[in-house]
Amino acid sequence: MNDKIFDYCLRIGDSSLILSHRIGEYCSKAPILEEDLAITNVGLDLLGQAESFLNYAAELKGNTTADELTFKRKEKDFRCLHLVQTPNIDFAFILTRQFLIDCYHQTLFNQLINSQDERISGISKKAIKEINYHLKRSTEWILRLGLGTDHSNQRLQNAVNELWMYTDELFIDNETDIKMDKLNIGPLSSSLKNPWEQLVTSTLRSASIEVPEANLYSLQYGKNGFHTEYLGYILAEMQHLPLLYPDASW
Amino acid sequence: MEDEKKLIQFQQKIDQDIKIEPRDWMPEKYRQTLIRQISQHAHSEIIGMQPEGNWLTRAPSLRSKKILMAKIQDEAGHGLYLYCAAETLGIKREQFLQWLHEGKAKYSSVFNYPTLTWADMGAVGWLVDGAAIVNQVSLQGTSYGPYARAMVKICMEESFHQRQGFEIMVQLANGTKEQKEMAQDAVNRWWWPSIMMFGPHDSESAHSNQSLKWKIKRESNDELRQRFIDKTIEQGHHLGLIFPDPNLKLNPETNHYDYSPIDWDEFWNVVKGNGAGNRQRLNHHIKAHEDGKWVREAAIAYAKKSNLKQKSA
Repeated sequence: MNDKIFDYCLRIGDSSLILSHRIGEYCSKAPILEEDLAITNVGLDLLGQAESFLNYAAELKGNTTADELTFKRKEKDFRCLHLVQTPNIDFAFILTRQFLIDCYHQTLFNQLINSQDERISGISKKAIKEINYHLKRSTEWILRLGLGTDHSNQRLQNAVNELWMYTDELFIDNETDIKMDKLNIGPLSSSLKNPWEQLVTSTLRSASIEVPEANLYSLQYGKNGFHTEYLGYILAEMQHLPLLYPDASW
Repeated sequence: MEDEKKLIQFQQKIDQDIKIEPRDWMPEKYRQTLIRQISQHAHSEIIGMQPEGNWLTRAPSLRSKKILMAKIQDEAGHGLYLYCAAETLGIKREQFLQWLHEGKAKYSSVFNYPTLTWADMGAVGWLVDGAAIVNQVSLQGTSYGPYARAMVKICMEESFHQRQGFEIMVQLANGTKEQKEMAQDAVNRWWWPSIMMFGPHDSESAHSNQSLKWKIKRESNDELRQRFIDKTIEQGHHLGLIFPDPNLKLNPETNHYDYSPIDWDEFWNVVKGNGAGNRQRLNHHIKAHEDGKWVREAAIAYAKKSNLKQKSA
């Protein structure tokens, strides 16, 4: 098995899984019914993408399944990004987190559709259509909140300021990135930074939101198996039944 | 005089199964009954998202998580069709929500019961959605056009929900000892509330006769309840589940299942607000609505600014 491809699939799959889980937590809490529908749609797409990547990861590893990887893996073996682990503080946070990830996903998956790994390029060709729609939706909301009222502008600005530090991790290269780049499977994370920044800053500026200063946030990242305190609680909830009844199948 | 003539023509249309459309003349009581019934139906879909959302973060497989999420999304969609259908009667959605929050509008009492285990996701789909479908299939023939058309769309998705619930029950009934116990416990708790969903007996139902005459309702509460019981018992026996009613047996004369008297005290107690979840469900909805106020205000302000910009361009 190629450990690095496995690791790479976990990173993408776990990130979509955990973000979808956060969206699930928000069920029936949206500001309007139409938005309950829209955000659940995004959550479902992410869950589908997670399943595709985790299925592939399970096949690469052998003798396991996507469900086992999801529900029986230990926290330190997860590879999700810190940004997706952050909690649902309010609509501004939920939306900003989504927008930053949508921009990242669009930048990343536009590369992955040309991956030398046919499985990854196949999953990505389906996913990019969904991601383009996700970004359209979150961009529209960034403009609404940024340009709507003074209050909404402040709340959005606050969320952007608070979440900005987590974007640092998106563009850090680790050994997996270097290997993926070498095998033409995926781009170096660092190569995504410029196109991502252009995408993010042009929308934020159009929405009268100031782009925070870039800062290094931490030397330990989710993609290396070091997580926020939030992840433990997410997994405790998500994995509760399969761990409580280890002999049962669901 | 004029109204009397209109009323006769109106009843003739109903008797000929011609649908009533939003711009057609209708008696005020017909309009009020529909406003009450359709908005109550919409609220039920929306409040019903909560007991299922309760297990979305704990669904035990990727497949079940996906299906549950899709199902809850469908319910939001059903709520949307129904609010739109109700709005054709001249009331805005914001008003419907206000009546819900003030306790003036009801939703199905069954959603005030708590979902305590994963098996409840099976029982809610199988029994609660199963009961709802019996009612909704009948309502596809309701006399008000927008309501009837919403029902056709909703019924297609609801039958998928019921199968989803039944699939969970099959899996649990064929699972470990603990899973079987979980399934039985869920049936014990959800059987009677799902029977009560059809409302009071025909002899006690306040709105029934006129609604049947106007074909707002097409069949009586007791007829629908009996149809649900008859079809569900067989399914339960197939799974080896026991229904919590010792008097449930096939009557060879009527070819229907007889059942014990329903505990209407419990029913009315929950309707009046004393169920386990009444306050919780309503407070949840009110909080989400209030938390979202600034977002709605921003969206409206942005839309106004965009319109101004377009006009001046």
